[in-house]
Amino acid sequence: MSAVVADVVAVRVPERTWRSEARAVKTVWRRDLIRFVGNRAQTMTWLIQPLLFLFVLGSGLQSLSAASTGGVDLKTFIFPGVLCVAVLFTGMISAASLVWDRELGFLQEMLVAPVSRTSILLGKCLGGATIAASQGVIVLALAGLVGVPYDPVLLLGAVGLLVLLAFTVTAFGVLVAVTIKQAQAFTWVMQLIVFPMFFLSGALYPVAGLPAWLEVLNRINPLTYAVDPMRHLVFSHLDVSEAARRALDPGVTWFGWRVPSLVEVGMVLLLGLAMMALSIRRFSRTD
Amino acid sequence: MSGALIPAAIDVDELVKSYGDVEAVRGVSFTVAPGEVFGFLGPNGAGKSTTINVLCTLAKPTSGAARVSGFDVVSRRDDVRRHIGLVFQDPTLDVYLTADQNLRLHAELYGIDPGVIPARMEQMLQMVGLDDRRNQPVMTFSGGMKRRLEIARGLMHSPRVLFLDEPTIGLDPQTRSSIWRYIRTLQEAEGTTIFMTTHYMDEAEFCDRIAIMDRGEIVVLDTPEALKAGVGADRVALGTADDDAALAALRDRFGIEAAVAEGAVTFHVENGEAFVPRLFAELGVGITSVAVSRPTLDDVFMRYTGTTIRDAETGGPGDHNRAMMRALAGARR
Repeated sequence: MSAVVADVVAVRVPERTWRSEARAVKTVWRRDLIRFVGNRAQTMTWLIQPLLFLFVLGSGLQSLSAASTGGVDLKTFIFPGVLCVAVLFTGMISAASLVWDRELGFLQEMLVAPVSRTSILLGKCLGGATIAASQGVIVLALAGLVGVPYDPVLLLGAVGLLVLLAFTVTAFGVLVAVTIKQAQAFTWVMQLIVFPMFFLSGALYPVAGLPAWLEVLNRINPLTYAVDPMRHLVFSHLDVSEAARRALDPGVTWFGWRVPSLVEVGMVLLLGLAMMALSIRRFSRTD
Repeated sequence: MSGALIPAAIDVDELVKSYGDVEAVRGVSFTVAPGEVFGFLGPNGAGKSTTINVLCTLAKPTSGAARVSGFDVVSRRDDVRRHIGLVFQDPTLDVYLTADQNLRLHAELYGIDPGVIPARMEQMLQMVGLDDRRNQPVMTFSGGMKRRLEIARGLMHSPRVLFLDEPTIGLDPQTRSSIWRYIRTLQEAEGTTIFMTTHYMDEAEFCDRIAIMDRGEIVVLDTPEALKAGVGADRVALGTADDDAALAALRDRFGIEAAVAEGAVTFHVENGEAFVPRLFAELGVGITSVAVSRPTLDDVFMRYTGTTIRDAETGGPGDHNRAMMRALAGARR
């Protein structure tokens, strides 16, 4: 044997097990986080938009709305919606990383590794969800500035909702990313999806007493079912009049039936799981 | 273990791959021995990349079978993946990460024992001369450095077979020769089988055996020496005042079918040096330059595909000559 042979560090690729798959999920997840931290500036710009809505729109329109909000600051009212929108924006943008991985070639490196495509996609979803949820948490930390108390039950519940929404939104983004493979088209479609979802969700207005067409669109918008329980959670910790609460937090109704928060949360979760499953199916096709 | 028990590194049997109506690979069979450096040549669209995609489990064969390191590429896909390394034609690095992070990510995706990762990484980075740049983002690397890093990454998990699709394309001669040095070092150190495609005929010389692929089929497969000996005759390349007249004159007066390749009237003839004086005396078309050379792999390629690899690339006059050269090659056989 030559000297070179003796020197080489021997490595072995083990057979696939659930543990190696779990490690792959973690690896893909961590890569997205490393890139997020290394590229904070770009992602942070997506945080500015919700803050603009919260402080600029909220403060600017306050004088117009003061009469109708029953003494509640408009910023306080839109805070739960802005939390959800912050997660919506960053979740969708995180999912774009899959499209860029395809465009810049890195996807190929993951596809030929001895790991299942399910693990790759799961890692991608969890990575995007972590980033999106952390953006939501940053906005949540500003609660005190808009008159929302730092109540432990409220904070815990809000974080839970943000994590759930982050997962569902990222799964949705990933589903779009495995369907639309060009980066340019992806960005375009995202704009087309994100803004209507935002405006139709009731993040900026109460969801009762809407014109019929808007009510229908609001009720079929998945984001509605994240904004509503979030608003309900926030308002149950606010010190406001019963009348203001009824006006601002009327709750989502289906033909007069008030949909309980738990059902709404369950819907968001089911939707996330369904979209995740669909993305995995699409992603796993080989030609 | 006796030699007979070691499976072939690559064993391809009547492989066919179609995309819709297009047959990209049409019934290809070959075997690559363990530790061999095997070169895959052919013009663009010949089916080389498709064959590699099937071998590395990125595409399923339409019919036929292929085994890599003894495992069937369809039924034992994961086992194949555990035993191969890949360097693609297009870069697949994460340019936002550092060299270190790229290698570590790869090692973890392949499930390598975390205890040996740092030592192995160190060694691979040293081999390709990037250990001093390991903490810099890949974005700051030159094309040659990126390619070296990709080779290091492809080797991180000690693959039994390393697939290299055009590993030296677009690189300067110095980087190309150093990449060949790594390939050889590695092949000696770990007995890695190398399966590569290349456009550079001088590099094909480094291969133990070469297969030339054209239009989805392997037209010839042998050692570089045997292939060159097979061409036999010398290559004569003429610059003339009128190429068409020269082609006609060669056919009428000498019975030679020539072709225009890379701007010169080119043909093969026994004992080329002795033939040149006759040419001047009898051709009757102005000759501006003459070059006579011993057969090279370029000639082998030209004989079997009817074009030089450079003309095949640029879509130059090669196509025009292909049919004729093919007929010529057939007639000689």
